[in-house]
Amino acid sequence: MAAPPLLSLRGISKSFGAVAALSDVDLDVAAGEVVALVGDNGAGKSTLVKVLSGVHPPDAGTITFESAPVGIASPAAAQQLGIATVFQDLALCENLNVIENLFLGREMRALRLDDVTMEVRSRELLRQLSAKIPSVRAPIAALSGGQRQTVAIARSLLGDPKVIILDEPTAALGVAQTAEVLNLIDRLRERGHGVIMISHNMADVTAVADRVVVLRLGRNNGVFDAETVSAEELVAAITGAGDNAVTRRVARRRRAVPEKTVPGAVPERTVREEAARQEGADDE
Amino acid sequence: MSEADVDVAEIEAPAPAAAEFDPDRPRGVRGTVQVLGARFRGGDLGVAPVVAGLVIIWTVMQILNPIFLSSTNLVNLAIECVPVGIIALGVMFMLLVGQIDLSVGSLSGLSAAVTAVLFVDHGLSPWLAIGGAVVLACLIGWLYAQVFNRLGVPSFVITLAGLLGFLGVQLWMLGAKGSINLPFDSGLVTFAQLQFVPPWLAYALVVAGAAALFAAGYARAAARRRAGLPATSVQALLLRSAVLLLGLGVAVWYLNRDRGVGWMFVLFLGLVLVTHYVLTRTSYGKSLYAVGGNVEAARRAGINVKAIYASAFMLCTTLAAIGGVLAAARLAAANQSSGAGDVNLNAIAAAVIGGTSLFGGRGTAFAALLGIVVIQSISSGLTLLNLDSSFRFMVTGAVLLLAVALDSVARRSRASSGRA
Repeated sequence: MAAPPLLSLRGISKSFGAVAALSDVDLDVAAGEVVALVGDNGAGKSTLVKVLSGVHPPDAGTITFESAPVGIASPAAAQQLGIATVFQDLALCENLNVIENLFLGREMRALRLDDVTMEVRSRELLRQLSAKIPSVRAPIAALSGGQRQTVAIARSLLGDPKVIILDEPTAALGVAQTAEVLNLIDRLRERGHGVIMISHNMADVTAVADRVVVLRLGRNNGVFDAETVSAEELVAAITGAGDNAVTRRVARRRRAVPEKTVPGAVPERTVREEAARQEGADDE
Repeated sequence: MSEADVDVAEIEAPAPAAAEFDPDRPRGVRGTVQVLGARFRGGDLGVAPVVAGLVIIWTVMQILNPIFLSSTNLVNLAIECVPVGIIALGVMFMLLVGQIDLSVGSLSGLSAAVTAVLFVDHGLSPWLAIGGAVVLACLIGWLYAQVFNRLGVPSFVITLAGLLGFLGVQLWMLGAKGSINLPFDSGLVTFAQLQFVPPWLAYALVVAGAAALFAAGYARAAARRRAGLPATSVQALLLRSAVLLLGLGVAVWYLNRDRGVGWMFVLFLGLVLVTHYVLTRTSYGKSLYAVGGNVEAARRAGINVKAIYASAFMLCTTLAAIGGVLAAARLAAANQSSGAGDVNLNAIAAAVIGGTSLFGGRGTAFAALLGIVVIQSISSGLTLLNLDSSFRFMVTGAVLLLAVALDSVARRSRASSGRA
């Protein structure tokens, strides 16, 4: 992290009416770095992504891109800067093939499509990503979920972006397909892209990310090194405290095991009797 | 969406059909046959069912009445196809973006009336009169699109209102007379009734078409080879062109035994070919398919979705007007029943029978051509048998149901083999 961050957010705030979706959020991404953005539902992850992709301009705060302050007023502006977003619903046309989807809206030679060049570039791109697509002329409907994710990511790469934002790229994927998408994210890092990945899956986050940024109730709630952080620490940061449904459950399961085996533990009955006696004492 | 009910494992196994018969693999004649076979099994039937249906209809009609396949009848059949076929071409644009225009019949009748009033009653030149009618229809399409894009009214309802409203305008324009005859010696009427391509020119056009098909295919294959991509072999290209040459050559020879190929039919073919080019080789065509397949994806890809919808509405109404004018020219009159009756339904049925999906995003320019040939064949065959329109409606209805049922079955098959 010696290099200055490629994209840097400082003090980003965004409110919808009375609801503060983001308050004073910071985020850094360097080239060749994968930053996982985690948080509970309503933590502000999606709002932050929308700020970055130009859907919602922020109310306050600064965005620095390649050491220059920028404003991201529209999705087109985000693309112009080199920030590409792959939304969770992928937005692919099932009736069109892989090439047509990759180049949708930016076909080469509008009045006499240059499909040879488009096919060459599609194959090249997919090969660079080591993507396993049966055929670039297969309709999207013929592809698996992981392959569709790959096509969506490949499409975002066509604009030659510097930062790629992936919204839940592994949600609803099987085990093998998830591994494929994680490999793809590794390759994006190798190519020198900055990657922001939103995920709910702690295993995926720790497997692929360099840093984990936690949001809670629209605020930063810790930045962790993905190598060393434990799933419990992350959960604690996401839910906001050491005492919550998740930690209680873990603790209960830990306690349940020794209770039966360790001699000398206070039997439950005794506790209850103690309590009953106490109550009786109060009555008097 | 249609694959929600399909076993997930089936989708995730990366499309066995696609793996076995990789369409990217270099292929000659045999490879092409293999790819086609794999497509069929996957439920991607293309135009095969329509062609098969046409063969059956022609066989049955020929057995029932030996005049059916005579040159005389086929010459008439070809010309008879044109007005409603052009309207069907417009409907195909609407179906492609997942919308529908129910008012094409009324609009064709209105255009006939406008042309006749301007031409006969006001003494304008016929071309100005036609131009006026077409521009009016284009404006109506623009109006539909404004209501659709700004107010979000479903196209079904907008055009249903248009069907009634413009039928009213047509009746009002024709007034008490109810009918305006077009002079027989006008260019419009002779074009629709009497003008045929001279035999030498017809053969020349066939040869030019086959040569163009080969040249385009060869240039494309050469470009693909230069780029290191698999390409169709020269033999396969030659075979394709030879089949076209022979097929069209025989057809022209057979029609030339009678009056020959009508110019009106050539106009229709030209429109179909231009539409085919626009749909397959321009970014506008891809945008139409994208909007029909997934509007949100199209919008996010930066396509101006509203403009695409507007263009589909306007193309549909414009083609409906051209079809209506040609129908009036064929009849040499515009009357209260121009565009009424079965024109509307035949146009929509032709597009659907030809293989345009009612669900959007799927269809080709040839759908309109093949569909209208099926419908006119039924109509012509039953007329030759002296059966009135009651039977024609019943048979056409049954064929339409069959075509849509076949499309639905093919969709299911496509879903289970993982094709769109």
